[in-house]
Amino acid sequence: MICIIDYGVGNIKSVQNAFDRLGYESKLSCRKEDIEACSHIVLPGVGAFRDAVANLQKSGLVDCLTENVQRGKPLLGICLGMQLLFTKSYEDGVYDGLDFIQGEIVPFQLQDAEKKVPHMGWNELVCHRENPICRGVVEGEQVYFVHSYYAQMANDADLIYSAEYEIDVPAVVNHGNVYGMQFHPEKSSQTGEQLLKNFVELIK
Amino acid sequence: MLSKRIIPCLDVRNGRVVKGVNFQNVADVDDPVKLARFYSEQGADELVFYDITASNEGRNIFLDVVEKVAKEISIPFTVGGGIREVEDFHKALAAGADKVSVNSAAVKNPQLIKEASLKYGKQCVVLSIDCKKSRQGNWTVFLNGGRIDTGKDAIAWAKEGEALGAGEIVLNSMDADGVKTGFHIPITKAIAEAVQVPVVASGGAGTKEHFLEVLTTGKADAALAASVFHFGEILIPDLKEYLYNNEIAIRRVKHG
Repeated sequence: MICIIDYGVGNIKSVQNAFDRLGYESKLSCRKEDIEACSHIVLPGVGAFRDAVANLQKSGLVDCLTENVQRGKPLLGICLGMQLLFTKSYEDGVYDGLDFIQGEIVPFQLQDAEKKVPHMGWNELVCHRENPICRGVVEGEQVYFVHSYYAQMANDADLIYSAEYEIDVPAVVNHGNVYGMQFHPEKSSQTGEQLLKNFVELIK
Repeated sequence: MLSKRIIPCLDVRNGRVVKGVNFQNVADVDDPVKLARFYSEQGADELVFYDITASNEGRNIFLDVVEKVAKEISIPFTVGGGIREVEDFHKALAAGADKVSVNSAAVKNPQLIKEASLKYGKQCVVLSIDCKKSRQGNWTVFLNGGRIDTGKDAIAWAKEGEALGAGEIVLNSMDADGVKTGFHIPITKAIAEAVQVPVVASGGAGTKEHFLEVLTTGKADAALAASVFHFGEILIPDLKEYLYNNEIAIRRVKHG
């Protein structure tokens, strides 16, 4: 059972729809019992970092997530959910994240005036290192992004895929059993579904 | 590099796709769910569904369709038509839409854009603008399918919409709509240069060259069309291959 953390941010039903299409059982929940009992945790999210962190704290989920991650349970953060995995964010202030992956969330500051922010649309994946999450996905395949902030990684070794948008935008990140996808795999057609499948298959 | 997007648009009335769709390889071309899946498999980068029902009953059927489509497809999905208040955004998003497009109601009450944007994030607020060239030579915003000229300058309205929190602008040139003589390039370019958010060109697509023109000279980030796709006059995979061969960044369908 996959537990999709429902902490009051954004349209998370689409993540569940994607797991349904793939034939995996999932549950939307913010209850600790469900997080303890599940095999995989997915942390989705759309919206502002500050509110998301506040909601996680208010629901008392920070310790629960940390303990489960320390026990080796696979965790996947999607979009804002990925950004929450990092040390801190500079979105409208400075806020601490979960610190499962070292680095900071910073706004795009692009030189090219033709390049718009948010970085929105389909962009190509550029591979940095092999990882079980990449199985069946070829460099150059595209995924769907919508974001105005990106992760500045502290450790290059945690970067699996990036996308080029004047800078190298971290797209898939990984540290131990913690994974993050800056784009929306649930909205990224076959490529996204393959990546979600690979995440589930990590421990099957 | 970010790809340009190709977006088919479907009009839905009382839960069925309005006639104007003609495919040999789709069993029930009026079924929005089947067509959505078809376009998704063809490599559409996004789908837009417009509700053209007027009744509340039709509205609920539409939301039911949105929910079914959202379950089926794995590409971004925009819903428009009949969006009048923040509650309508909520209903569409709860049914599984990723973005909600607002048109007339935003002209009448611009604060709607702001409220929806603050509540759901600008990424899901799309401002759709119908415009025509006026006698004075500027483009003005029209309502009710082109029947009412608001006199509002389209470029100024796009900028205002962006400032209020719209995350994307769909620009429908009513001069070009339905006549298949090409997207209206000057106004598309003018608005694309005036705002920072992505601009989706709509209205006028007749040939592959029209798409190429609006995505290059017109500076649009995406191009939306209805009938050329529905009648199979242009197939999305062919169009994408053509654009790719003309050095447009495009997402091609994954084979095998």
